[in-house]
Amino acid sequence: MNEIQNMLIVGVGGQGVILASAILAQAAMEAGHDTKQSEVHGMSQRGGTVSSHVRFGEKVWSPMVPEGEAHVMLAFERAEALRAAHLVAPGGVAIVNRQSIIPPIASGKNFAYPEDPIGDSRERVERVIEIDALEECRKLGNEKMVSVLLLGALSAQLDFDGAIWEKVIRSRVPKGTEDGNLAAFAKGAELATAALAAR
Amino acid sequence: MEASQKPEEKLRYLLSGNEAVALGCREAGVHLGAGYPGTPSTEILETIARMVPEMYVQWSPNEKVGLEVAAGAAFSGARALSTQKHVGLNVAADPLMTLAYTGVEGGLVVVTADDPELHSSQNEQDNRHFARFAKLPMLEPSDSQEAKDYIAVGMDISEEFDVPVLFRMTTRISHSKGIVEAGETQKPAIRGFTKNPLKYVMVPGHARPRHAYVEERLVKLRAFAETSDLNRIEWGDKKLGIVSAGAAYVQAREKLPEASFLKLGMSYPLPLEKIRAFAEQVDRLLVIEELDPFFEEQLKAAGIVCEGKNVTGLLGELTPGRLGAGLVREGMLGASTEVAEGAEVLPRPPVLCPGCPHRGVFFELKKQRGNVFGDIGCYTLGALPPLSAMDTCLDMGASIGNAIGASKVSDGKKPIFATIGDGTFLHSGMTGLLDAVYNRANITVVILDNRITAMTGGQEHPSTGHTLMGEEAFDVDLEGLVRALGVEHVENVMNHDLEDVQAALQAAQEHQGVSVILAEAPCALMPYKIKETPYEIIEDACTGCRLCLQTGCPSISLTGTLTAEGRQRAVIDTETCTGCGLCPQTCNDHAIMLVSEEVTV
Repeated sequence: MNEIQNMLIVGVGGQGVILASAILAQAAMEAGHDTKQSEVHGMSQRGGTVSSHVRFGEKVWSPMVPEGEAHVMLAFERAEALRAAHLVAPGGVAIVNRQSIIPPIASGKNFAYPEDPIGDSRERVERVIEIDALEECRKLGNEKMVSVLLLGALSAQLDFDGAIWEKVIRSRVPKGTEDGNLAAFAKGAELATAALAAR
Repeated sequence: MEASQKPEEKLRYLLSGNEAVALGCREAGVHLGAGYPGTPSTEILETIARMVPEMYVQWSPNEKVGLEVAAGAAFSGARALSTQKHVGLNVAADPLMTLAYTGVEGGLVVVTADDPELHSSQNEQDNRHFARFAKLPMLEPSDSQEAKDYIAVGMDISEEFDVPVLFRMTTRISHSKGIVEAGETQKPAIRGFTKNPLKYVMVPGHARPRHAYVEERLVKLRAFAETSDLNRIEWGDKKLGIVSAGAAYVQAREKLPEASFLKLGMSYPLPLEKIRAFAEQVDRLLVIEELDPFFEEQLKAAGIVCEGKNVTGLLGELTPGRLGAGLVREGMLGASTEVAEGAEVLPRPPVLCPGCPHRGVFFELKKQRGNVFGDIGCYTLGALPPLSAMDTCLDMGASIGNAIGASKVSDGKKPIFATIGDGTFLHSGMTGLLDAVYNRANITVVILDNRITAMTGGQEHPSTGHTLMGEEAFDVDLEGLVRALGVEHVENVMNHDLEDVQAALQAAQEHQGVSVILAEAPCALMPYKIKETPYEIIEDACTGCRLCLQTGCPSISLTGTLTAEGRQRAVIDTETCTGCGLCPQTCNDHAIMLVSEEVTV
C-alpha cells in the first residue's frame, strides 16, 4: 500500500501559511518523496481563512487531503484549528498556535468568536500541542518568524534530514533573516518535542 | 510518468500548474503571451514575465483584446498564448468563434482557467462547452507535469491542424503544486505574415468555405483523438471502468486504485470508438467529471451505456469527500469510516483591508439611499455588511449599463449610482459610459480609482504607468478620458474625507444627466504598503456606541473594557491600522486619536 503523509496547514491570510507550506513541500520533494501541495488563493489577502494541503509519499495522485485523514494539522490561529479539527485522522496530531485573530464579523450581533477553541479541538483530536509562537518569537527577538517557528514544531513529526530543512529555509526566507529563522525553526521543534514527551 | 526515476538526469521542480504552463511556454519556444488577470489564471503571464525573458508578454485591457493580440502574432507565424479565467473567455468569445474559421499560422493556445466551487468568481460555468461550440480541440491537464507538457503538444496540434487549441485548467490544477521534470527546448522561427484573404478576411463569401473546412478539420481531429496517447488506457480490475480527465481524474485514481481507467488528455473531440471498445471490456462504466455531464451526454448520445452525474453531482469541485460519498451511495465503493461533522465556527468573509480607499466612499454612499449598481473587483466587498452599499454584481463593466437601464424605467424617487474600479472601467466600462452620455441617462458613476488591478494581486493596467514586463508606460488620464466621452459634470474627491465625499455625491445627484465622481487614492497594499501613524481609542472617552464599527474596518474590534452602562468599548489594533483617518470622523465623542497625540496630551 502506498502510504501517503497528509499535512494540513490552516490560518488567516497574512499569517505565513503559504510560506510554511511552500517550505514543507519543497523539503518533502528534496527528501525524495513524490509531493503535491494545494491551496486556494484569491480572497485570502482580505482577511479570509487560508488552508494549505501538503501530501507526500511514493506516488501522490490527489493534491487534496481527504477529510478525516490529516496526520498532522498545523494551525496558526485558534479558531481556525477548531474549524479544521474534524479533518484530522484518528490518532493524528494538532499543533496549535495560541494566537486569536478576531474577524470584524464578531463585532456584529450574529456571530461570536469561540470561547475556548483549543479546548473544543481537544474533544476532536487525540493529541493537541499548544505553542505561543508570537511570544516565543519575541523572546528570540523577531516577531516575523512565527511561520518558520511553527513549521519547526511540525518538523518534529517528520523524519526529514536537518540539512534538507536548513537548505530549503535558507532559500525561502528574506535575505539577512536566515540564521534567525533557523533558530526559530529549532525552537519550534524543541517545544513540540517537549510537549509530546510531557504527555 | 514516474517523477522519482533518474532524478540526476533531468531538472525537477515543484511547480504550480500556472508556473508549469510558463515553463511549457519556454520549452515550446512560444514567442508572445497576452491576457487579462483573473483568478486562477493570473500567475501564468506573471511567471513568464519573471522567468522567461526571451518571451514577450503583456496585459491587455480585456480578454477580447488579449486574444486578438495573440491571434495577430499567430497569424504572423509566431507561437502565441492567450490566458484568462473562465468568464474572461466569454469576453473573448467573439474573436474565438471566428478564429475557429481562420485558423492560424504559428501555434495558438488559448488558456481558460475555470473555477469550480467559485473560490473567486461570479459563476462556475463549465468552459468545455466552448470547445464543442467553437468546434475546437481542447486539452485538459490533470497535474503540473501535464500542464507543462501539454503546451508543446497544443502548439504542435495547432500548427498541424491549422486550429487554435483550447487549454482548460481549473483552480485545483492552476494552484496545486507537483513535481515537474524539465524537457527539451524548441526554438521555432517566426515565419512572418503571408497575405491570404480567403483564409483571413472573414466576409461571407470567404467564411462559407472556411465553415466547410472547420467541419472537415473536426473529422480529422476526431481521428487524431482516437489514436493519440493523450487519451490512454490504464488497465486494472475490469469490474469498473472509469472515463475521466483533469482534476477529477486524480481524485478518481486515488479513490479507486483497483479500477480500469481511460484517462482523457483531450476533452474534445472525444475518442468515442476508443471509449466504446473500453466500455465493452468492463462490467460497469462510470464517467467521473466535475460540473456538467459534458462527456456523459456525448457517450450516451453515441449509445455507450454509462453512469456519471448520479455519482458526482453537478455542483462545485469534486473533493475526495464528495466523490467518496457518491461512490458509496451507488455501491461502487465499500463504506469507509464516517468523517465527523465540522465544528460550528464563525465565518471569516473577506473584507476591505485596513486603509482601503474605497471604504469612505461606500460609507457615504450607503447614506444616499439610492440604488447602487456594482461591478467586479475588491470593491465588490462594499456589498457586504456593515457597509452594505452595493446592490448588484453581474459581470465586468455591468454597473454602468445596469444603471442606464434602471434610470430609464425609474420613478425618479431614488438616485441611481454605478460604482466601478479603474481596471474594470478600462476593461469594459468606457463603452457603458459613452452609452450613458449618448442616451442621456440620469446617473452618477463613481470610479473607484486605486491605480492597480487589486483583487487579483496587483497587476499593471493602462493607468498604472507600467507594463507587465516592468517598462514605463503611458498613464491614461481618467478625467480627460471621461470628459472626452462627453461627461460634463466631473468631481474629484478625497476618498478618506467623508464630508468631501458626501458633498460630491450630493452635487452629482443634483446634476441632471451623467455625472462622474473620480475617487482616486492608492490601494493600501499595492504597489507599496501604506503605513502612517496609527490611531487608538481613548478608553475613558469611548462610550461603546459602535459607530466606528460601521466602517467595517478589520483593525477595529469590539474587544475593549465595559462602560459604566455595560457597553463594550472598541479597540484599534495599532499593528494593522494604516492611519487613514476615516474612523475618527465617525466618532462623536472624539475618542479616536493618533497614537503619538496621546503622549503630548
